[in-house]
Amino acid sequence: MSTIAHTQKRGFAGTVWEYLTTVDHKKIAILYLLAGGLFFLAGGIEAMMIRIQLAVPNNDFVSAGLFNEIITMHGTTMIFLAAMPLLLGFMNAVMPLQIGARDVAFPFVNALGFWLFFFGGVFLNLSWFLGGAPDAGWTSYASLSLASEGHGIDFYVLGLQISGFGTLMGGINFLVTIINMRAPGMTYMRMPLFTWTTFVASALILFAFPPLTVGLFMMLFDRMFGAGFFDAAMGGNTVIWEHLFWIFGHPEVYILILPAFGIFSEVIPTFSRKRLFGYSSMVFATVLIGFLGFMVWAHHMFTTGLGPVANAIFAVATMAIAVPTGIKIFNWILTMWGGSIQFTVPMLWAIAFIPSFVMGGVTGVMQAAAPADYQFHDSYFIVAHFHYVIVGGVVFGLLAGVHFYWPLMFGTMLSEKLGKVTFTFFLIGFHLTFFIQHFLGLMGMPRRVWTFLPGQGLETGNLISSIGAAFMFVGVIVLLINVVVTQVKNVKVGIDPWKDGRTLEWALPSPTPFYNFKQLPLVRGLDAFWIEKMEGKTEMTPAEPIGDIHMPNNSFTPFMIALGLFIGAFGAMYHVDDKGWALPVLIIGLAVAFASMLYRSIKDDHGYHIHKEELLDDADKGGTR
Amino acid sequence: MANLQSNSGEPKVNYEYRRKKSAEDMRMQVVTFTMMIFFTVIAFAAVGAGFSKWFILPFVLLLAIVQVVFQLYYFMHMSHKGHAVPQFFMYSGILIAFLTILAFLTIIWW
Repeated sequence: MSTIAHTQKRGFAGTVWEYLTTVDHKKIAILYLLAGGLFFLAGGIEAMMIRIQLAVPNNDFVSAGLFNEIITMHGTTMIFLAAMPLLLGFMNAVMPLQIGARDVAFPFVNALGFWLFFFGGVFLNLSWFLGGAPDAGWTSYASLSLASEGHGIDFYVLGLQISGFGTLMGGINFLVTIINMRAPGMTYMRMPLFTWTTFVASALILFAFPPLTVGLFMMLFDRMFGAGFFDAAMGGNTVIWEHLFWIFGHPEVYILILPAFGIFSEVIPTFSRKRLFGYSSMVFATVLIGFLGFMVWAHHMFTTGLGPVANAIFAVATMAIAVPTGIKIFNWILTMWGGSIQFTVPMLWAIAFIPSFVMGGVTGVMQAAAPADYQFHDSYFIVAHFHYVIVGGVVFGLLAGVHFYWPLMFGTMLSEKLGKVTFTFFLIGFHLTFFIQHFLGLMGMPRRVWTFLPGQGLETGNLISSIGAAFMFVGVIVLLINVVVTQVKNVKVGIDPWKDGRTLEWALPSPTPFYNFKQLPLVRGLDAFWIEKMEGKTEMTPAEPIGDIHMPNNSFTPFMIALGLFIGAFGAMYHVDDKGWALPVLIIGLAVAFASMLYRSIKDDHGYHIHKEELLDDADKGGTR
Repeated sequence: MANLQSNSGEPKVNYEYRRKKSAEDMRMQVVTFTMMIFFTVIAFAAVGAGFSKWFILPFVLLLAIVQVVFQLYYFMHMSHKGHAVPQFFMYSGILIAFLTILAFLTIIWW
């Protein structure tokens, strides 16, 4: 394939085919954003159904069994299929540009990672139509999930296993990219903070996902082949699942929050027109949070009965994490201090994030005190806490990122006016929904409860909470309208749309060429583009002469590998029902997957070169940018 | 890998240097290979001699760890320059895994 194919106008089918086969990190980012956005909407609808059910006492909007399925799918979808893929999308879109790379280290594996995530997510959500969704909570504790009838938990296990493979591949890919593909002059301590948080989050993915994989395989064996890993009657131990899940699960919440921290660390300096305060302490805090994240998993299990010594040690380790997090909070505030602040939509989210997240952090330290946690455990106080950190931290970060990076990804600018409407509704709705839940929890309302009785003092609080959820819903709808209106108007913005872009990605022309950098840029310090702008230049200094650029070919193989595993998973799941067609389906699915891998292994695909002459032709489009 | 890269404009110097480096590497590989075989023989002998299992288990494990280190540093060239990041990740992983297992063995009821 030559560059001509890239410049041609495509029809609709051609565009679809391009996206099905793409290995370009910028297009994969858009795929992540689309798929993650769809799952975010699905999880949001589930959230609305939870709040409708709990709006009034003795409600029967959904049945108790269906309610369990809804809360399970809400949690699982939001964590695994919405928040994490959306963050992976931003990492894909931004990180290679920030370090001055032409793509990630393994473009093929990048595409494979996306398709595995996507098919895993679709598999999990098909459970709604095929006999019932998983209903043991997003943590799927073993005793409960082994007793769960139907195929709900099997959908959970197989779906998460497939999408987990994809995430693991993504993490390894980003690690290799950041270690090996930084532009000349881009030392580790000159990397933008979003790249740093991507790096640490990827390392967490690398170390945290294997325990989940092991746990899911054990669950799979218990449920499908009658193994007894978690069955006390067979000499197993049900608590092992909790350990495996939380050894993964605690780093997982840092996998979510660190990239969000990274987005805020880009937004705040940009709109304060100041360099990030305490850059090196920010890096140190990020790495330290990453390390400590592996040493606190048992604080999710204080009431399991681990013993006083374990509870005390894990309590202290947990509280220690407040220190690096506090460093970050103060650094953000001091970045704004004395800056020339512009209240753009991303900046509004960043400013709202600081107090919201601190509130979630404070309740986190409260729960870290093990004796107090015996009171908070499994109450709405916990629900309030983790929604304050995940919505107030991660979702605010994602919404800031959507507005901030939209021009980079799509070449258009989302409406500031509609963005502010979204911000107002969502922020008010968020605090209305979750602040009151602290008190509902302290009054004794248990988590995951299907309904409650009148006359126990829980009516007003729950009604306020449900009204807040409606506000958030309106905010998201306005965001969708904003997206549609912006893309229909299609007003293109040029280079550096925010005018104050500091890092390399804003030095690129819009839309970004598919090879990213015609010549790799020379990085002369932190905030590389800002340095050049302060010296009156409009573009980066090139670090190399114009030469041939080696590019990977598009490939349909990643889609086929993921599709094969997706088909095989159905066979594996229905095999326990003694269905005649299950085994052939399993074999066909795996055959498709392995044949695709074999095809990839034996067929030489060296990619192609964009020749120097072709690059020189569009020199008028602007040098090295 | 590191010793294949030229650090001199003079091809002859470079060649001499690489020859010397390769010879050193080769000598270390032969030495470690001999030692690894020797360790394996000792391990089998220790089991065969019928010592107490409280001696044999830690002893064989110790020999195994030394062999892994030899493997990584001399056969997989981790002793050469340019392996700082893989080393950092390996040791971080080992540290985290060690702390987790230590927690299970000492403080956690499960």
